[in-house]
Amino acid sequence: MYYNEEFETLPRPALEALQLKRLQAALERVYAHVPFYRNAFNTAGIKPGDVKSLNDLERLPFTTKQNMRDSYPYGLFAVPMEEIVRIHASSGTTGKPTVVGYTRKDIDVWSELMARSFVSAGAGKGDIIHNAYGYGLFTGGLGAHYGAERLGASVIPISGGNTKRQIMIMQDFGSTVLTCTPSYALFMAEEAKVEGINFKDLRLKVGIFGAEPWSEAMRGEIEAKLNLDAIDIYGLSEIMGPGVAIECIEAKCGLHIWEDHFIPEIINPDTGQRVAEGERGELVITTITKQGIPLIRYRTRDITSITYEPCLCGRTHARISRMSGRSDDMLIIRGVNVFPSQIEAILIGIEGVEPHYLLVVDRLENLDTLEVHVEIDEQIFSDEVKILQRLAKRIEKEIKDKLGITCSARLVEPKTIQRSEGKATRVIDNRKL
Amino acid sequence: MKVEQISIFIENKSGRLAEISRILSESGINIRALSLADTSDFGILRLIVNDVEKAKSVLKGCGFTVNKTEVVAVEVLDRPGGLSHILNVLDSKHINVEYMYAFGERSGGNAVIVFRFDDTDKAIETLTGSGVHILEGERLYSM
Repeated sequence: MYYNEEFETLPRPALEALQLKRLQAALERVYAHVPFYRNAFNTAGIKPGDVKSLNDLERLPFTTKQNMRDSYPYGLFAVPMEEIVRIHASSGTTGKPTVVGYTRKDIDVWSELMARSFVSAGAGKGDIIHNAYGYGLFTGGLGAHYGAERLGASVIPISGGNTKRQIMIMQDFGSTVLTCTPSYALFMAEEAKVEGINFKDLRLKVGIFGAEPWSEAMRGEIEAKLNLDAIDIYGLSEIMGPGVAIECIEAKCGLHIWEDHFIPEIINPDTGQRVAEGERGELVITTITKQGIPLIRYRTRDITSITYEPCLCGRTHARISRMSGRSDDMLIIRGVNVFPSQIEAILIGIEGVEPHYLLVVDRLENLDTLEVHVEIDEQIFSDEVKILQRLAKRIEKEIKDKLGITCSARLVEPKTIQRSEGKATRVIDNRKL
Repeated sequence: MKVEQISIFIENKSGRLAEISRILSESGINIRALSLADTSDFGILRLIVNDVEKAKSVLKGCGFTVNKTEVVAVEVLDRPGGLSHILNVLDSKHINVEYMYAFGERSGGNAVIVFRFDDTDKAIETLTGSGVHILEGERLYSM
């Protein structure tokens, strides 16, 4: 089943011709309207007109998250604000978020790609979609919502949290499709068990899970516990939001990236050179139809591989493999992106706290946990328990307030956090993904 | 009138107390009184020792976080109501006890209790004014 059969099954020569045409137009647009790109192209000694084939894309400079930060908030927008109808943002390392803007057409394309994604996952018009992705600045909730409406399905905009109520609604409203993070799906399964509810008695048939890395083992667990087909979806706000790529239910083997709107490349993160098909590397995406904030060769920092082999679902779009990590130190904790440097900035801001810290990430009962270890030196040490406990609470509260992550602060003895050649180990990730 | 106490931060993991007592014993330091406050994650060991400066420097040298605090050693009559009297005197002046623990030795037949107050000077003034006997640091370290 397809949502847009013509484009989803476009023979590759036609697909690539369309990509080139759209790429050339996108390059002209950013060169004309985004000073950052005009400067970058001039520095690289290339003009939009020099790109005569898809391979020429390699001659263009990359765009990084840092470039987006430097252009905060609207510097990379390619259209006047009157044409922007929606603004989303994701967290950034310096406390300032990364901002993206969408024109009406961008929302339209996103809705279509999300609708295609739903169909690829096995959902259709008659489904009741239980959308437990967070609604707000985060793109998950609204992205899935618009796609579900475009598809013509019935969407329940439940957003995240209040798990008991979620389960009651799934049961009473007869939800057939669940969209949320994979760890939240497993958490729901545990809650349902406590409530004495068996997922076999619910009508759920498909779950579309993303916004954090997961594994085949987790898929097996989710499918067994929730009694549904678990489908992996990929997206990032810089590029669009959810629905950049998704698995098909027929193969469940790699995520089709919608190549009529995005050009994927896989590079060696150290050299910046493209790697061979099937080889692991960092995913780089060029948006070729986006109007609000088109990005050329955006370095996602996500590690994957790509294949152009035909898929048994009949879609001609390339497939990327499950994300297996990051080429930077970003952590994804319960779907929230965090850089260790953000936590460091908060700790340094608390009087007396030394910047000797360690982040221990784990997954307990299917929920990510973050423990922040902080060394106690004489400046902050007290003979009174309540003063130290107050300090721990303050660290927890500031991290919660500024980054939106619940953590537990743990005070440790000085010099117990390992120091190695200049650069300490700041993160221990015990999650088995 | 005040007594110097050292406090040491310890994580809740095995062997930390043993390590501290080993360091002190190797330096010939005698522990006169101690109390351990513990939470699920960490503990604070408070000690009265015969040589405060030496204890502090050897523990710091071994990587421990050590602080010095002033506490008050109060003689308490060893009979029903002895402690109650002292606490009532303090309460009437709104002085809070942060924590307290008993001293091992007796002083002239009386018990000795180490107090940490929120307002140490006011506590000393109040107690001496009520005829309660407070022990000097020098006396306590050598008891």
